[in-house]
Amino acid sequence: MSMRHIISVLLENEPGALSRVVGLFSQRNYNIETLTVAPTEDPTLSRLTLTTVGKDEVVEQITKNLNKLIEVVKLVNLSEGPHIERELMLVKIKATGAQRAEVKRTTDIFRGQIVDVSASVYTVQLAGTTDKLESFIEAVGPTSVLEVVRTGVSGIARGEKVLSI
Amino acid sequence: MELLSGAEMVVRSLRDEGVKYIYGYPGGALLHIYDAIFRQDDVEHILVRHEQAAAHMADGYARATGKAGVVLVTSGPGATNTITGIATAYMDSIPMVIISGQVASNVVGTDAFQETDMVGVSRPIVKHSFMIKDPRDIPETIKKAFYLAQTGRPGPVVVDIPKDMGNPADKFEYSYPKKVKLRSYNPATRGHSGQIRKAVEMMLAARRPIIYSGGGVILGGASSQLTELVKSFNVPITSTLMGLGAYPGTDRQFLGMLGMHGSYTANLAMHHADVILAIGARFDDRVINGDTAAKFCTNAKIIHIDIDPASISKTVKADIPIVGPVESVLSEMIAIFKEINQQPDQEGQAAWWKQVDEWRGDGKLFPYDAGDGSIIKPQNVIETLWEVTKGDAYVSSDVGQHQMFAAQYYPFDKPNRWINSGGLGTMGFGFPAAMGVKMNFPESDVACVTGEGSIQMNIQELSTCLQYDLPVKIINLNNGALGMVRQWQDMQYSSRYSHSYMDSLPDFVRLAEAYGHVGMRITELKDLKPKMEEAFAMKDRLVFLDIAVDTSEHVYPMQVRGGTMRDMWLSKTERT
Repeated sequence: MSMRHIISVLLENEPGALSRVVGLFSQRNYNIETLTVAPTEDPTLSRLTLTTVGKDEVVEQITKNLNKLIEVVKLVNLSEGPHIERELMLVKIKATGAQRAEVKRTTDIFRGQIVDVSASVYTVQLAGTTDKLESFIEAVGPTSVLEVVRTGVSGIARGEKVLSI
Repeated sequence: MELLSGAEMVVRSLRDEGVKYIYGYPGGALLHIYDAIFRQDDVEHILVRHEQAAAHMADGYARATGKAGVVLVTSGPGATNTITGIATAYMDSIPMVIISGQVASNVVGTDAFQETDMVGVSRPIVKHSFMIKDPRDIPETIKKAFYLAQTGRPGPVVVDIPKDMGNPADKFEYSYPKKVKLRSYNPATRGHSGQIRKAVEMMLAARRPIIYSGGGVILGGASSQLTELVKSFNVPITSTLMGLGAYPGTDRQFLGMLGMHGSYTANLAMHHADVILAIGARFDDRVINGDTAAKFCTNAKIIHIDIDPASISKTVKADIPIVGPVESVLSEMIAIFKEINQQPDQEGQAAWWKQVDEWRGDGKLFPYDAGDGSIIKPQNVIETLWEVTKGDAYVSSDVGQHQMFAAQYYPFDKPNRWINSGGLGTMGFGFPAAMGVKMNFPESDVACVTGEGSIQMNIQELSTCLQYDLPVKIINLNNGALGMVRQWQDMQYSSRYSHSYMDSLPDFVRLAEAYGHVGMRITELKDLKPKMEEAFAMKDRLVFLDIAVDTSEHVYPMQVRGGTMRDMWLSKTERT
């Protein structure tokens, strides 16, 4: 059965390292759904989180092949244990007339923030799981949504488990 | 400490790595390095006629010795011409270091003359790659390149060097590191003991065990351990194309190659086995008969030993996976076998061998119709080659029917003797690879088994052979057709020979002579052996043997697509 997996990778923060990770997916016909990457507290390392959808055997191959990349220091499949995942979304929403109050209310319900205001547009910032972000768009009504920017999933294991070197 | 320019450091690092020969071709981006080569005598540069051949020469050397071959090419076309050679090495896990020149760092990315993003172009076909950003990094990067190429699952590593990194005016302190460490690279050094013990127990309990060994045994230098293990367990053994020679090919326990063109005996034994011990092999589609494992040896439990975790359970699920270097894992298996001190079930084993011997019959592992002698059969050429060279030559091949015939009819008793492009299937590989072997083993017989199609893909290297005195023997199985393509067209396309013929062939004898070598044409069976003996007696001459062979011949057995291991065509009319 195809499942969504969150793979979190500690990567050498070197030029070309990211292209190897991305290249691996296209070379081997795997899918990347989302991808986020930034340096960690140790500037020689980047933390990369990607989500992919596939059968367990395929995801096992993905993790093995990622591990083979010389620049991959460590990785964990977060979906295999309890974890926290977050995604940040910035969304521009048409806000005129009665809609203005409605959008504000919906944003409050989802614990988002209006971070920019113009005469006819609200820009809302919202963090949460992928499901939550999608529900928000659904609640506001896709026809009111003018532009969506999402960071992709970032995640970390719950409890004392730590991914570090 | 000595002060050297970046270009000098490249050459010095190679010397300090113990490199004797590098294979390459100069060009603008490499002129600093070529000047540094000119001013020293430690590392000898071999000038090829096309960069692809440089990669194959380095590859041939690597396959024969286990050490990384070194390629030096210029930016742009020089670099891209090596791509087929790099991909060939990558698919067969061959250690290689490719040093490519690059345009100066200040113009990288501007579409400068002869600029290609070599790191990008080669990315999917290398184990790793580097671009030098500071000349001071050269020694350590080269050390890392050799370390990565030669350890774990070996493979090619590219080092891309912008021209200005070698500037002779900029000198730096040079020292070559004795060791390098990469925190993100830790190949397994031994297998899991518990798993190894389970594997031994499973082998002892098996009724119909078989060992299926691959190229990893040769790469891992585990030939003697494999032989001891096979003898200890008294089991039959088959091998992939890449693994030939790891176990003596003339020994009775050896059943011949398995897979698409494997022997009847080996494929049947695999199909009926209850335990398969796979060692350094990767269950590829040419071995398991197709792209799905569903029909593959359904009765068998699988033990799989491999240095690369990603090879395990990739196509066929392993019941006992063991990740580790084959040499250490097999040594441990032998030790545990001795410690348990229990022989495999004698009765069961006798019954299994009886069955295997029945499949084998009294004849050859690969029987063929020798015909009436009016036309030379390609199989006969290979058998004759084996006789003339006493089974002890280094044999390279190109790709196609002649490759399969060589694998079937030249049983190798030693590892590292069979030099062929198994994974990528590169036509044009055999000749330069043979040259790379001959360069390093001048006293040994080196034969390149090829066809009139393949040989023309790198025939320009006849010139290199004259320059460096490389007396290889070219065994050209000339059937005037791209034999394997033609065979498939016979079997699946009602003999519509779309572009599988070779029209307007050159006169190979005169061509060889034009390059300063000896050419011989053989059309009669009675001349085959004497002329071949004559050719091999000419120790210091390259001899091009152009042998007219039967165009209609097919390679058999040939597995039936989408079937099980035992479903094979045995001749044009018989199948299992």
